[in-house]
Amino acid sequence: MYGQKVKLRFFFILLVLSVLVLTVFLVLKSLEENIVYFKSPSEVKLLTEIDSKKIRIGGMVKKNSVEMSANQINFIITDFKNEINVTYSGVVPNLFSEGKGVVTEGFLQDRNFFKASKILAKHDENYMPPEVKSALENK
Amino acid sequence: MFKILEPNKIFLITSKAPKYVMILFILVFSIGLVEALILSPEDYKQSHSVRIMYVHVPAAWISLGIFSSITFLSLCGYIFKNKHFFLIAKSLAPSGLIFNIVALVTGSIWGKPTWGTWWAWDARITSMLILAIFYLLYLIAWRIFEDKEQVIKITTLITIFGIINVPIIKYSVDWWNTLHQPASINIMSKSAIHSSMLLPLLIMSAAFALFSLLIFLMKYNTELIKLKNKGLDRL
Repeated sequence: MYGQKVKLRFFFILLVLSVLVLTVFLVLKSLEENIVYFKSPSEVKLLTEIDSKKIRIGGMVKKNSVEMSANQINFIITDFKNEINVTYSGVVPNLFSEGKGVVTEGFLQDRNFFKASKILAKHDENYMPPEVKSALENK
Repeated sequence: MFKILEPNKIFLITSKAPKYVMILFILVFSIGLVEALILSPEDYKQSHSVRIMYVHVPAAWISLGIFSSITFLSLCGYIFKNKHFFLIAKSLAPSGLIFNIVALVTGSIWGKPTWGTWWAWDARITSMLILAIFYLLYLIAWRIFEDKEQVIKITTLITIFGIINVPIIKYSVDWWNTLHQPASINIMSKSAIHSSMLLPLLIMSAAFALFSLLIFLMKYNTELIKLKNKGLDRL
């Protein structure tokens, strides 16, 4: 139906695209460490050395772990395997709450203790009206 | 093949279409706005700020869709050696760029009250910014290169490089840890958005798609008239 040249150009494009995809895949693979926005507590536990660089740690705020005092907030970030204690002084975003996602930026003191200088709330992909939420909880 | 794409023939259709598309757009957009701003419920967690989603998500979808279409058309133009495709691709680009910028700006406005930051260099947001740069490159290339053969080659190359970024944008939230939440709507599984919020989202998407179509038709008609004035019957 199509001429030889049309077919040739089609396969040439396919070849170019596959080479490009492969290249980009390899580049992204090798840069993975830098592309991730935050580390999970489990990844932090595996760190061989704790340097003084600023890092981000993300996970869930453990239920019943938030302690607020006059100018400091302490809570625990968990990925349900490992936990890290976080201390922070400052304003937390509206969506920050227990059992919800959080990303903190700051400095590791040791493998269990993190001093945050910034807190971001990470929300999940679920959207629903309040009535539906309470109906779900009552179930 | 593709006789319908010849400027004289297609202009008969595209010159009449805008007013109908405009009427349809105003209709769908009004329904969408009422649904999104008044009728739809607030979110249990974010309350009213969830309404930004009804602009943010459709805008992002449209900008991804248009870039994919531009690439597809450019590749068809190259494979079939048919220049009519490039004219359609060129006319699609402006509304794609606009919606890309809308997605970035509304995302930033949404990010401040929910995440607590205007901007984060996470994979989703950065790859979306890269898409905007590709749109810009594409449009600039059409402006600065005079020679038609040359401009076709260069813009096709730009789309080939840019299209690699599109699946990266889509899957960035699954492949890497990002601040951006994962997709709520999945063809294969149940949507994570309650149906009362899904409805305005889909209506707004339809409205934005109609708006893109309208801008495309206006731009395309201008291009066709330009060709006619030059006395050419193709690009």
